[in-house]
Amino acid sequence: MGRARPDIPALTARRAGLVGCRGCGQVAPAGQHACARCGTRLEADRRICLQRVWAWLSAGVILYVPANLYPMLDTSTLTTGASQNTILGGIFELARAQDWGVAAIVFVASVVVPLGKFIAIAQLALTLGRRAPVSLHRRHRLLRLVDFIGRWSMIDVFVVAILSSLVQLGKLAQIHPGPAAVFFALSVAFTMLAAQSFDPRLIWDRGGADAGRGAEAA
Amino acid sequence: MLACPECDLLLARREIGPGERARCSRCGHLLFSPRPEAAAKIVALSLTVAILMGGAMFFPFLSVATGGVSHESSIFGTALAYSEGFLAPLSVAVMLLIVLLPVARVLALIFALGPLAAGRAPFAQARRAFRLAGRIRPWAMAEVFLIGTVVAIVKIGGLASVGLGPAFWAFALLVVAAAAMDSLTNDWTIWDALDPTSPL
Ligand SMILES: [Zn+2]
Ligand SMILES: [Zn+2]
Repeated sequence: MGRARPDIPALTARRAGLVGCRGCGQVAPAGQHACARCGTRLEADRRICLQRVWAWLSAGVILYVPANLYPMLDTSTLTTGASQNTILGGIFELARAQDWGVAAIVFVASVVVPLGKFIAIAQLALTLGRRAPVSLHRRHRLLRLVDFIGRWSMIDVFVVAILSSLVQLGKLAQIHPGPAAVFFALSVAFTMLAAQSFDPRLIWDRGGADAGRGAEAA
Repeated sequence: MLACPECDLLLARREIGPGERARCSRCGHLLFSPRPEAAAKIVALSLTVAILMGGAMFFPFLSVATGGVSHESSIFGTALAYSEGFLAPLSVAVMLLIVLLPVARVLALIFALGPLAAGRAPFAQARRAFRLAGRIRPWAMAEVFLIGTVVAIVKIGGLASVGLGPAFWAFALLVVAAAAMDSLTNDWTIWDALDPTSPL
């Protein structure tokens, strides 16, 4: 990339004793509680944001466990009888039916993305301030990606809702949602909150360009 | 003065012409990309989304038929799929994610930008409403729901034949309109229109 020159400390709002609003960009004196222009809460101490990130992330990780243990779908058809499927079970079933495309979508949305997000957020939070081998630009882009992609994990919750409301064909076929849907939806929501609480300025303040920074903004 | 919301770099204001794009020199974040009549376009697209969503609520969404038995579902019925037992709160959540929050977002945008689009001064609470619309955005999941619908249709494919109702098409159009709106609201251009007196 080479847009930023890592040897010259950048003049940030924080170094100038100001706080920038994440909502609209307006700067305010450090210590002001809310942006005068749009009302967004201003947080001078970004470490508090980091505690929020860890809290939401652990809640998301914990709920992902029951989300995978309990059944997501409860299917009964005249020909195949009753069966219960977990998230992974549903993906295997799609793969066995040779629906490769859909199996891939569900696998990516329900397994790859959630696990990838847990790892990415934890790694970004742990490498703050360290001179990690990964550049600031790459770490920033990873955070943006995690923030952008998180909501797509909700797909399976919607699929289950659509299947259960639609497939009500008496004895022929019936589909009901399983308890995993609640755990999975909460896990996705909490992980989204973790990504949203992660202030990207933390990545930029503490590494590279700002490493030799002097006084902290009060 | 402004500060980049992503990397905190202090930025001095300068004039940016229509069609030009201003990016943060430190992190590359897109700051301004003025487009002509942006407020009017956002309001028009918001109204489109609101009307299509209203229509989608009252028409059949999907139908299945197999061996002489058939069943039809609506958007509302889809959210109510989780209404049994302890799953019930999930019904409310699904309703919020696919209907109520997308509608709340476009209503906030219409409130914030409607007067501007009509060439008048914005309401006193316009800036708060615009900020609220931005906060709602990640939770308005109409497009995620649409992809979920496609997955569900393929899953049912082997079991029964699926028919697409008017609500499905309304939803598909609504997602396109919302995506066009997203590209107009994701930088600071609108803030300047809402607050022309901001100190430089
Ligand atoms: Zn603000
Ligand atoms: Zn920046």
